[in-house]
Amino acid sequence: MKRFLKLYQIEQKLFFRNADVFIFNLCMPVVTLLMICLIAGGKPAGESGMTYLQSAFASITAVGICCSAFMSIPIVIVDYRDKKILKHLYCSPCSPARIMAVDVLCSGIMAAISAICVTITACVIFGYRMEGNVLAFIGAWFLTMIAMFSIGLLAASVCKTVKSMNMVTSLLYFPMLFFSGATIPYELFPKGMQKVAGLMPLGVGIRLMKAASMGTMLAEVDIQIIILVLITLVCSLVAVKMFRWE
Amino acid sequence: MQEECIKVQNLTKSFHDRKVVDHLSFFVKKGEVFGLLGHNGAGKSTTIDMILGMKHPDTGTALIWGMDASKNRKKVFEKVGVQLQSSSYQSAIRVSEVCEEYAAFYKTAADYQELLEIFGLSSLKKSPVMKLSGGERQKLSVVLALIGNPELIFLDELTTGLDVAARREVWRTLKHLKDKGMTIFLTTHYMEEAEALCDRICLIRNGKKITEGTVEEVIHASPYDNLEDAYLWYMDEEVEE
Repeated sequence: MKRFLKLYQIEQKLFFRNADVFIFNLCMPVVTLLMICLIAGGKPAGESGMTYLQSAFASITAVGICCSAFMSIPIVIVDYRDKKILKHLYCSPCSPARIMAVDVLCSGIMAAISAICVTITACVIFGYRMEGNVLAFIGAWFLTMIAMFSIGLLAASVCKTVKSMNMVTSLLYFPMLFFSGATIPYELFPKGMQKVAGLMPLGVGIRLMKAASMGTMLAEVDIQIIILVLITLVCSLVAVKMFRWE
Repeated sequence: MQEECIKVQNLTKSFHDRKVVDHLSFFVKKGEVFGLLGHNGAGKSTTIDMILGMKHPDTGTALIWGMDASKNRKKVFEKVGVQLQSSSYQSAIRVSEVCEEYAAFYKTAADYQELLEIFGLSSLKKSPVMKLSGGERQKLSVVLALIGNPELIFLDELTTGLDVAARREVWRTLKHLKDKGMTIFLTTHYMEEAEALCDRICLIRNGKKITEGTVEEVIHASPYDNLEDAYLWYMDEEVEE
């Protein structure tokens, strides 16, 4: 355990040293929330029954998950494989799985820090108060994170080179970021786009988080939970099956 | 008779119908420096990968202290240090951090400060690994291979790409390790390196063993009086007069 914490400490330090993580994971969500709320915070968001602040809070807490899952996790793992760090770990009594567990933990912590920054901004500057159950929201957030992380791990297993990984992460990250309702409010999308957002894994998670934050347990919530659990199971299984140390 | 550290018997491995390692057998005794020599692509790294259990041989066995490394990973690698060809490190990591990280892999790690001292890297503790020169980085990779207090270390083309001065410095540190009783398995394609360091060498070509013995024995069995010419003769190449 002590050795695990030592590894965690060093890897987390490296995360903080990475400017990309800092900008995309921490600054961008807070700035997006500020902009949406300064423009339209108190206004009702379409026919959703939420204000833009309420809608944006639930969706922007998922931006950190998106960054960690589709950028940090696959980039770190593929980079470590490319640099033979995983191979080196194979030649030590410690397992390469341990450093991957450490990096998934670091990514999770970054996503949580991002969500906390967004929460503080929403509560302190815009006076946000959650109508729904806070614990249910945290549960929905965790489930979304685990499901997205499993997709990121799958990407890391499938991609053999840094180049292919860059392409795959861009294809996952940008569409999820812009078209799942994580940054641009879902309520602003035309009907067709809303359908697309609803099909995206992150869109499913955001919908669940919104329902939890408003205390309106939608009829489809069960379905959404099942979808997220299925994504997690299928993607992690395939990721483990396809994984290569080098 | 001295204890055998590594025993390779009849090792064979093919990739896409091409035999990379072909019925290779040799052994390494405790406390000796053993060199596996051959051209690029002769099968040196694949042999190391099979000894370390990273690749499975098609036939034959490769054992470290009588154990199959792939099946006894934890036990074997507590006592084996490894330096891999052209490995690199996390971007932005500093020398002290990479040492601490590697130390965290082992139950009983050596004091890395002391190792950095021995290898003349103490003043670079706070430097990012990326900023180190080629020689410093290779010395660091030896420090990391030693951090678990191994009894046996593998060095795969440790000095390739280093200038003469840096190479000589790495040799000095390896001699120091040898004097302390470390068993060293190395690959190289610098013959003067093999002459300077190795107790015994094994020459391979296209995965097959050409000859094996002490440096003197190998030279004696050829018409030449130095290892480089002898090596080329063994490899069936023209030796310019």
